[in-house]
Amino acid sequence: MSIDLSQFIPSFLEESFEGLELMESSLLDLNQDSDSETINSVFRAAHSIKGGAGTFGFNDVTEFTHHVETLLDEMRDGRRTIEPDDVEILLDSVDCMRLMIEAVRDDVTCEDEKIAKTSILLQKTLGSHDDDASTDEQPQNTAKNNEATTSNSCWQITFIPQHHLVQTGNDPLLLFNALADLGQLSVVAKVDGLPALTDMDAEELYLTWQLELKSGCSEDDIKEVFEWVEDECELIIEQQMQELDDSPVIESEEVANPSPIDINPSLPEKSLEVELAASKPSEKTASKAKPDVGSIRVGVDKVDSLINLVGELVITQSMLSELGNDFDMSKTERLVSGLEQLLQNTKELQESVMRIRMLPISFAFNRFPRLVHDLSKKTGKEMELIIKGEQTELDKTVMEQIGDPLVHLVRNAADHGIESAEVRIAAGKPAKGTITLDAYHQGGNIVIEICDDGAGINRDIILAKATEKGLVDAKAVLTDSQVYDLLFEAGFSTAAEITDISGRGVGMDVVKRNIQSLGGRIQVESVQGKGSTFKVNLPLTLAILDGQLVKVGTETYIIPLIAIVESLQAKSDLINRVSGDMVLYRLREDNVPVLPIYQLFDLTAECKEVDNALLVVVEADGQKVGLMVDDLLAQQQVVIKSLADNYQQVDGISGATILGDGSVAMILDIPGMIALAMKIGKENTASIIQESVGENA
Amino acid sequence: MTKVLVVDDSNSIRDMVSFTLKSAGYNTVEAKDGQDGLTKAQGGGFDLVISDVNMPIMDGIELCQELRKLPSFKFTPILMLTTESSGDMKQRGKSAGATGWLVKPFNPEKLLATIKRVVR
Repeated sequence: MSIDLSQFIPSFLEESFEGLELMESSLLDLNQDSDSETINSVFRAAHSIKGGAGTFGFNDVTEFTHHVETLLDEMRDGRRTIEPDDVEILLDSVDCMRLMIEAVRDDVTCEDEKIAKTSILLQKTLGSHDDDASTDEQPQNTAKNNEATTSNSCWQITFIPQHHLVQTGNDPLLLFNALADLGQLSVVAKVDGLPALTDMDAEELYLTWQLELKSGCSEDDIKEVFEWVEDECELIIEQQMQELDDSPVIESEEVANPSPIDINPSLPEKSLEVELAASKPSEKTASKAKPDVGSIRVGVDKVDSLINLVGELVITQSMLSELGNDFDMSKTERLVSGLEQLLQNTKELQESVMRIRMLPISFAFNRFPRLVHDLSKKTGKEMELIIKGEQTELDKTVMEQIGDPLVHLVRNAADHGIESAEVRIAAGKPAKGTITLDAYHQGGNIVIEICDDGAGINRDIILAKATEKGLVDAKAVLTDSQVYDLLFEAGFSTAAEITDISGRGVGMDVVKRNIQSLGGRIQVESVQGKGSTFKVNLPLTLAILDGQLVKVGTETYIIPLIAIVESLQAKSDLINRVSGDMVLYRLREDNVPVLPIYQLFDLTAECKEVDNALLVVVEADGQKVGLMVDDLLAQQQVVIKSLADNYQQVDGISGATILGDGSVAMILDIPGMIALAMKIGKENTASIIQESVGENA
Repeated sequence: MTKVLVVDDSNSIRDMVSFTLKSAGYNTVEAKDGQDGLTKAQGGGFDLVISDVNMPIMDGIELCQELRKLPSFKFTPILMLTTESSGDMKQRGKSAGATGWLVKPFNPEKLLATIKRVVR
């Protein structure tokens, strides 16, 4: 019977990647003053990876990790002090292990220079230390290699166990069974040691044994049987050479090749094999077909609550269908309550399902300590990273896609934000710069802040550069936030500032685009000399949106709740027609341009005059506009259906949804609408928006 | 049916040990560290314990010591699953009350053969 463990490879890989991340983050914290748990956790992770890799025969991983483990072991038990250089090697080793395990995952051979280099470095480090590194090797195998002594002999074994032997779970009978597997065994129990009945303790062992084993096995084979009890017994093994006629050849073969799997004959081995054979093909295809399908590890409690909710849904459903069988108006009340229950069930179920996709943002954050560590080395600037709110939960897809933009922002902060130590000290700041990553919930959104205490953004330099690039008119008067937004313009980044660190092909425009494609937005705040904060606002999930339903003419539109600042009825004395047909509405200290939706989408609306019209004030990219609508309908969660997948991309529309009555409603894309309005209004609209914003500043 | 308590902080190792045991007709209960193992052991009725050594919160050695204090685990075989086969490790395991040890890398056939030595 052979047991196929290949189905466990994906979970081993997943666990290994987690282990590597843990190793990395712990190593970054590791120094001479670290508590023992830090190094222990690194050791454990390496240990598990080595063990798993060994099981599956990923020998290069096993071998490499063995060296890593040895080094860690020396650090762990104090044979080696924890030096920064060694930690650096260990960090490199983690990279190598990741490369190797990725290669295993992708089923490719891994030949990276770095691995060879690091491996040599590791062994050198180990060698440089007076080591007993090989204590960890498996001496177990050596016992089995003595196949030379094949001549049959008779072994006399005297086995005198200590009285407490059985209390460690060892059982003489089973030891003898193991001996019997080696050859022909006769057992004689001696009762000399038995105490008087009154002195006898039922939990102690008083017997001793004299055994005779006729076998071609070696002394080591016998010793191996008694390996676990050798300190708890007196064992005398004597060999009497003699030819044995009755020793079957098969037995000696068995000894030479000791992989006897003949467990409990009573077990239903046959059915088991069938089961294994049947499950094999699917395992194979499963492990090979798509390694990157992606999986989420979900707490059992979350799954249980789901099952619970589905159960309740089923109860509600059966109640309703029973009600529908012979419905009359007298049952209306029950119908209403049933529907309410259905609403409740659906809502809870939805929340529960969404929660399954939610992961703590630490999954995205945990690569940053290493990144900042490396950046600090590369730039020669001292800096530390503070991570806050890493338990804030976020949709898995959003998390995966926000990683790269965040990396770019952190790189930027390290490269352009933080100044060199001399400059910092001269400015009266601590020599060590700080980059803070923070995540928190705000409304239905998650906010991620990347904050540095560096030099801040120099408005003049950006303006000069943007003017030179023709991105802005030299005469334009811009607010700070508009100036900062120039950072995100395509083509802003200049060759002169591209460094090894931040100039890796992705510009800030891509960062902004990625964030917007996730339905999020990014804002910049900066104080000269104090530092900058990049604030990324993201929806918690991509599949469902909290929306405000509005009516324009005969159409229903959905405005994402996240974009809405407020809704109001326009008062005529606050309306200000500046020029052309552009209307501004005075909203406290702001002048908000009014966009009539019916004009944008060319509809026939009931309400065409701004006076007394309903305005929904929305904000995107730091720009507020008032959307003129006929009526405000309900607020509800809507499931987003892609328009591009089902029809085609439409400017100003981000998607569609199906409402309760079966009709389709478009979801407004607020940044897109503002852009659209700008395009339509071109001269006057754009200049007015410009003006109005200028006034606000 | 023979009931085995499998204690390992690595999901994959635990899954594999458990799978191997179930394939051979054993019943298993899994625990993710020593503390968890001790809690699950309280129910009793176990015929065998297989435990990793290196684990967070409570390691295998301590688990072994604690288990031996429980009346229902006085004679129960406890196998330590470990890569550290050095004499020191064995000594620590034995003095904590371990029955024996299994040396990683984990090999299903070897596991079953070894179990045969401690479970009737």
